Amino acid sequence: MRLTAPLARAALLALSLILPAAANAAPLRIVIDSGVIEPLPFAAPAFVDEGGAGDLAARITSVVAADLAGTGLFREIGPEAHIAQISSFGAPVAYSDWQAINAQALVTGAVSASGGQINVKFRVYDVFSGAELGQGMQFAGSEGSWRRMAHKVADAVYSRITGEGGYFDSRVVYVAESGPKNARLKQLAVMDYDGANIQYLTDNSALVLAPRFSPGGERILFTSYATGFPQIYLMSAADLSVQALDQQDGTMTFAPRFSPDGQSVVFSLARGGNTDIYTLNIGSGQLTQLTNSPAIETAPSYSPDGTRIVFESDRSGAQQIYVMSSGGGEPVRISNGKGRYGTPVWSPRGDMVAFTKQNEGRFHIGVMLTDGTEERLLTSSFLDEGPTWAPNGRVIMFTRQGAGEGGEAGLFSVDITGRNLRQIATEGPASDPAWSPLLP
Amino acid sequence: MSILTKALLLVAALGLAACNNPDRNGASGANGANGANGGIDSMALGDPNDPNSVAYFNQTIGDKVLFAVDQSTLTPEGRAVLQGQAQWILAHPGVTAVIEGHADEQGTREYNIGLSDKRANAARDFLISQGVAAERMVTVPYGKERPLAICSDEACYAQNRRAVTVLQAGAGV
Repeated sequence: MRLTAPLARAALLALSLILPAAANAAPLRIVIDSGVIEPLPFAAPAFVDEGGAGDLAARITSVVAADLAGTGLFREIGPEAHIAQISSFGAPVAYSDWQAINAQALVTGAVSASGGQINVKFRVYDVFSGAELGQGMQFAGSEGSWRRMAHKVADAVYSRITGEGGYFDSRVVYVAESGPKNARLKQLAVMDYDGANIQYLTDNSALVLAPRFSPGGERILFTSYATGFPQIYLMSAADLSVQALDQQDGTMTFAPRFSPDGQSVVFSLARGGNTDIYTLNIGSGQLTQLTNSPAIETAPSYSPDGTRIVFESDRSGAQQIYVMSSGGGEPVRISNGKGRYGTPVWSPRGDMVAFTKQNEGRFHIGVMLTDGTEERLLTSSFLDEGPTWAPNGRVIMFTRQGAGEGGEAGLFSVDITGRNLRQIATEGPASDPAWSPLLP
Repeated sequence: MSILTKALLLVAALGLAACNNPDRNGASGANGANGANGGIDSMALGDPNDPNSVAYFNQTIGDKVLFAVDQSTLTPEGRAVLQGQAQWILAHPGVTAVIEGHADEQGTREYNIGLSDKRANAARDFLISQGVAAERMVTVPYGKERPLAICSDEACYAQNRRAVTVLQAGAGV
């Protein structure tokens, strides 16, 4: 078959694009901080069934591919374009067949199952270097945890190519909403980071707000109106048992977060119309007041090393972000742009603070360095609020609320460069997401 | 008696009295707390023309005061309404009140709880200044969780920035 001239030129052009990459054989690497990037093409042929896996092998493969493509950093080259077939996990890789379809990364795997246990193996290849990237690994676990094993494979691939920690094997606790806007019913729920495996943690008989995971992910703090007044509570993620925290007479408490060691809670306490920030040692019950001003001071969040707390205060006349020592003391204002700044959250890497900004009738999710410099707005809408960080500090999830009578809340994610805005599928309207640490 | 105990007693009273106020919108929050969503209204609204009725308090005197954007300072109109509320409450010693604070949706969730707490307490403090015993009132900050009007413009926002005095058939605590 003869190529028509335009096609031949296109083929030559394609070759000229591919050949230098092959010739240089630069290590396969995506740098997330860089500017606009082209997603890296990868192939993930169906994992090989090494016995008893059935369609689990294909389902695991598709979760791995969805995790990677869902970052916006990778683009899958689907099986219809594959030349080579992987029929044996151990067989040598035909690099030229994968180079021909311009798959820069190749993920192969195999799954075996027996007695309710599954074993998942995988390898990652740098196609144009013609070499394996890192070493093959395997995960074993119960059949019911197949999605987690797929996420672990994808985390390893993501990590090897970006040099960043993974975040796919994680959960998100949030508020599931139902009912009309003026009588909204709310209940706590938890799901995998991608919206799978939804589990409801409370019923909707009492208004609940803003759940937060403990540093180890085994406990959940939240605010409930179960007594008729907002109070903070601690739930065990294992058995869903709930314990009230801080029962000070005449006070209301909300906006709790754990300290990095999991021993204390920092939160807002309102008394007689004034809201200040306090800490409570969970074990001893010791209550410590950290701020004391007539302003509204709320949304506190610890630095990962536990030495500082970022919070919002309207002591200047409008909501702004401040940082103070974790023991209290004079805070330093770090937000300086136009508009109002609230809901600051310290990045798990310690390098940035995510926040909600209100300016000229719009809401934005943004990030800034912890001294307030290099502010960058990532989103803009009628109402975006309440950022939470992925465990690797590279992706942020938040609430986006629509306007008007039919305006529903949903969960969205965006990466810290402002790319890859996506909605997370939930069973109904949802708000107040909080990301877990990476699961063990 | 501690303030919290009083508050809980008031909530208990609320559970029995259920929602007597058509404009409240806080019902599922406070009542749901007691699992009393199906509670029976033991406090009749009465005839709005009867000055001793709850309906008269809610409609003729006015059960709510409104606030400017991001403010918790009472307006002159709000003070006038609260003066009327105080006179009525003083004349009906068997009644207690839950003062709900609310905010519009133009604000972050936590901040709006703090702001609505200031609003409820501004109303409560004014009622105290008019002679109503502090023990007869509790406040609940609802933030932006219970809007009265649900459009997303100022016509609705103005109605949502409010403090609502919800009467309860309490025995006085």
